[in-house]
Amino acid sequence: MFLINCPYCGERDQSEFVSGGEAHIARPKQPTELNDDQWAEFLFMRKNIKGVQFERWNHVHGCRKWFNVARDTSNDKIEKIYKMGEQPPKL
Amino acid sequence: MKNKYSIFSLIKNAFSNHENWQRAWRDPEPKKEYDAVIVGGGGHGLATAYYLAKKHNLKNIAVVEKGWIGGGNTGRNTTIIRSNYLWDASAGLYDHALKIWEGLSQELNYNVMFSQRGVMNLAHNLQDVRDLKRRTHANRLNGIDAVWLETDEVKKFCPIINTSQDIRYPVLGGTLQKRAGTARHDAVAWGYARGADEMGVDIIQNCEVKGIKRIGDTVEGLETTKGFIKTKKIGVVAAGHSSVIANMAGLKLPLESKPLQALVSEPVKPIIDTVVMSNAVHAYVSQSDKGELVIGAGTDSYVSYTQKGSFNIVEDTLKAILELYPIFSRMKMLRQWGGIVDICPDASPIISKTSIKGLYFNCGWGTGGFKATPGSGDLFAHTIANDEPHKLNAAFNINRFVSGDLVDEHGAAAVAH
Repeated sequence: MFLINCPYCGERDQSEFVSGGEAHIARPKQPTELNDDQWAEFLFMRKNIKGVQFERWNHVHGCRKWFNVARDTSNDKIEKIYKMGEQPPKL
Repeated sequence: MKNKYSIFSLIKNAFSNHENWQRAWRDPEPKKEYDAVIVGGGGHGLATAYYLAKKHNLKNIAVVEKGWIGGGNTGRNTTIIRSNYLWDASAGLYDHALKIWEGLSQELNYNVMFSQRGVMNLAHNLQDVRDLKRRTHANRLNGIDAVWLETDEVKKFCPIINTSQDIRYPVLGGTLQKRAGTARHDAVAWGYARGADEMGVDIIQNCEVKGIKRIGDTVEGLETTKGFIKTKKIGVVAAGHSSVIANMAGLKLPLESKPLQALVSEPVKPIIDTVVMSNAVHAYVSQSDKGELVIGAGTDSYVSYTQKGSFNIVEDTLKAILELYPIFSRMKMLRQWGGIVDICPDASPIISKTSIKGLYFNCGWGTGGFKATPGSGDLFAHTIANDEPHKLNAAFNINRFVSGDLVDEHGAAAVAH
């Protein structure tokens, strides 16, 4: 339970948002050339880090926009919020 | 040799104010080398060590545990045991466990308080009715006891349920597995620990794994807070922290770790003599032998290792509980807690070898691992000892995420995630 500072709406309760999981997993540019291992990696394998993890979040009960969050999963502390398309911050 | 627990030992020890009971397990320092090391001293890990020693004649084994045994999800779950899963592979796996549960107290000489009080799953809309009826038929084809109950039969089986058709999510029926029930969670860990210790297994508590040493693609041993332990076989049963251990070995798993919450009420006289679960409105409840209502909530939607969980999740669950059981409206909740569950994309576990020789994982049990504890330990022990899966856990290999042969049990998992 924590607050998230939506870059478009400001600080709101986490229950207004939905987590979209690990960020920066790019959709394959040429899907037909992927083998099964590469598909498994893209679809299922996750870092699931205990520590600072980069995630996508959606303000589903607000502006409904997506953005990225760098969050420490060991204490739910948010380190940085940045927009979609931006590079992950160096922390 | 352990003294046998019985009514006579209880009477005998009463005369010395219960001060002279034999230690249930030792507190050894780690040896330099073991034939196999199990990482994680929860129910699954201790059961794995127990069956490795008992059925596969491996005696030089250790279980290393970061905290104290049974202090993770074994001590945090809502103790529900059932085997009414949809697919053949899952039915085989969970019913194997249920059959071991039925004789476990005798086998371990430790009362795990297994109580086959039945588990009822409720349907609240037409799709629930179709899904649950399908699951009932699938269960019966697999030899698992399951019956469909109409609304009036639900009311007869558990009279305190509000079966009015005017509520937001009316009860349209339900399924019942009579062999299902609950057990005392701590006793399961302690019983397996005592049994394993008797066969020479070293249970090493307060010993955190810091790294996995390997040469090429073969494991060499474990770096721990109590020094380096050499071993050729490592079985990881670390539940919510499985990915953390996998990362140490340079592996990635298809898991996400999320908080799952539960809560108990003040103790009251017997009011509900079964377990009732409702997938759609997300409320499940049973009553412990102490009289507390034991209530399970859902998972949070985000990855977290905080063992807390959000308040709005508990609030939603209690709303549903109150609509289904208006009689509980003035109950006070005593305690609330969270555990970290490792969830697979198909809501089925992984009991498998890995691409690294000598490294085995038993993880991904998500929100429903407790029920499988004895079966999981038995099959994981088989996998470690033979370097090959047992036929009952062959489908739960890690490679299914590459082949696409998933075992989708989101419907039967009964906890929304």
